[in-house]
Amino acid sequence: MKLPRSRMSLRDLASEAVAGIMQRPARSALTAVGTVLGVGALIAVTGLTSTAASQIDARFSELTATEVTVDDIAPDVPGQAGPAFPSDADAQVQRLHGVTAAGVSWHVRLQPGQDIASGPPGAIYTTSDRQAQLTAASAGALRAAGPTLQQGRSYDEFHDQHREHVAVLGAATAARLGITDLRNQPAVFIGSSPFAVIGILADVQRRPDLLSSVIVPRTTAEELWGPPTDDRAKMLITTQLGAAAQIAAEAPVALRPDHPDYLRATPPPDPRSLRSGVENDLGQLFLLLAAVCLVIGAVGIANTTLVAVLERSGEIGLRRALGARARHITTQFLAESMALGLLGGLVGASLGTVTIVAVAAAKQWTPVLHPATIATAPLLGLATGLLAGAYPAWRASRIQPAEALRR
Amino acid sequence: MSAPPVIELRQAGLTYPGPPEVAALRPCDLTVQRGEYITIVGPSGAGKSTFLNIIGLLDQPTSGSYLLDGIDTAAVTDAERTALRGMRIGFVFQSFHLLSHRTARENVELAMVYQRTPRGTRKQRAEQALRRVGLGHRLDALPTRLSGGERQRVAIARALAAEPSLLLCDEPTGNLDSQTAASVLDLLDGLHHDGMTVVVITHDLEVARRGQRTITIRDGEVLA
Repeated sequence: MKLPRSRMSLRDLASEAVAGIMQRPARSALTAVGTVLGVGALIAVTGLTSTAASQIDARFSELTATEVTVDDIAPDVPGQAGPAFPSDADAQVQRLHGVTAAGVSWHVRLQPGQDIASGPPGAIYTTSDRQAQLTAASAGALRAAGPTLQQGRSYDEFHDQHREHVAVLGAATAARLGITDLRNQPAVFIGSSPFAVIGILADVQRRPDLLSSVIVPRTTAEELWGPPTDDRAKMLITTQLGAAAQIAAEAPVALRPDHPDYLRATPPPDPRSLRSGVENDLGQLFLLLAAVCLVIGAVGIANTTLVAVLERSGEIGLRRALGARARHITTQFLAESMALGLLGGLVGASLGTVTIVAVAAAKQWTPVLHPATIATAPLLGLATGLLAGAYPAWRASRIQPAEALRR
Repeated sequence: MSAPPVIELRQAGLTYPGPPEVAALRPCDLTVQRGEYITIVGPSGAGKSTFLNIIGLLDQPTSGSYLLDGIDTAAVTDAERTALRGMRIGFVFQSFHLLSHRTARENVELAMVYQRTPRGTRKQRAEQALRRVGLGHRLDALPTRLSGGERQRVAIARALAAEPSLLLCDEPTGNLDSQTAASVLDLLDGLHHDGMTVVVITHDLEVARRGQRTITIRDGEVLA
């Protein structure tokens, strides 16, 4: 004879579990607090770390992600002599799509006895500036540095092409040379050559060395002091956002179609690798703390469920008498602890998200959190509940109905 | 062919393996026919509970056999025995064992949860059972709002809800005053008149007198 077995529908299991939790709502809420804190902390840490990391990135990116430098490595190539940059380097590179400014520059080494001074050699009232560097820069290079002018103007392609004796001074150099006002048309003397000072730099976005330099057009420098020697020429290219890697690949070919190997372009670092590094550094400790919270939450659930099992042994006996199998008891208690864990996970995920948004708002950051993180959080709570409920549920299933019913 | 007896014990006994070995119930024979009202009496520790556990399928005899509705309970799996218990035996306990946070109706419905009875049927049968025990007006009351007698009636309704073959009552009036006890016993009488097989275990001779037949247990021995 085939006898039917006791069965329980999922819906009944769910409603029995909810009823079990609602028997003592305050205690259930307190039990869930551990999971709330654990999951909340986990979400907050993950979110804040990624949020903070993206802000650091943004600061990095603004300058570095749009900057490409091209170095002259021609002298390292056997059999090659002379600088690799062609005279029309600026124009060649500026033609590339995505380039906002580009130009060649180098430091000019002055002969001994040649000074940078406010007057001609031998004049009585001159101030010389031995700390100042002389930089030859094409008009494009000066533009690529992103200058902010304190006074006057910077030179342009006209000055560059016509070998004009003009100079732009860094603010520090100008101060040291006693040049404070351009209205009286001051000049600097480099060796014995006078240069009209047409602008003073207040600040630059790139190449901070320019602030302590006297900057003269490239062609003028070449005419007076020859091509770059020990200090090799470099090209600074600024690009539109996202174009840098492409430009870095194209620039050597554009500059020297015959010998792109004479030039080495350096693209900005990949922001993605930068970000993961930052996240790892910042997040690990906090993630550990969050995990500890979660473990404490799990222990809380385990403890409360165990107490509940002992307390409800009469109920367990009754259910067994009414036809519940041991596995029905196990699943019911597991379902209760899982529901508590899930609930804790949901509330924790919400609180964590609110924390991220609040901190981001206070710091005027853009909150960054991967949607998958929020989606996993309740599951994490559920898993915590499952783990925490395993032992108490097993204990519950071992309760002998005959004994439990006599109490 | 006539219906098999509800309870048939054949040299059924229970000995707890020692050491020392304890014979909680010596091998005994007992047959309870459908519709009978049996009371089982005996002092505390005589073996009444062991007897109840065996009849209620909460424990298994270590010797002999027990047939419930003609089914050899030793020959079925544990899961089937559990289902048998749920469907064919209605328990009534001294301490009621009601879930205090559920209404009377929900408590009665619980008897049908593990049979996977559809919700609608469950509700209907629970109401029916509660009306049968005279609690049609307290369907949604919580046990804490009910008197002792009413609580035991809810428990009886729960035992009846699954339409069992046997109503097994363990000291059903043990927690009740004499007047309430009498009304609960009247209810059991009524159920018996309607054809229910009733077994009541008690140490109260007043209660025992209600049955058609009284069986005494003393020192683990069943005396007819």
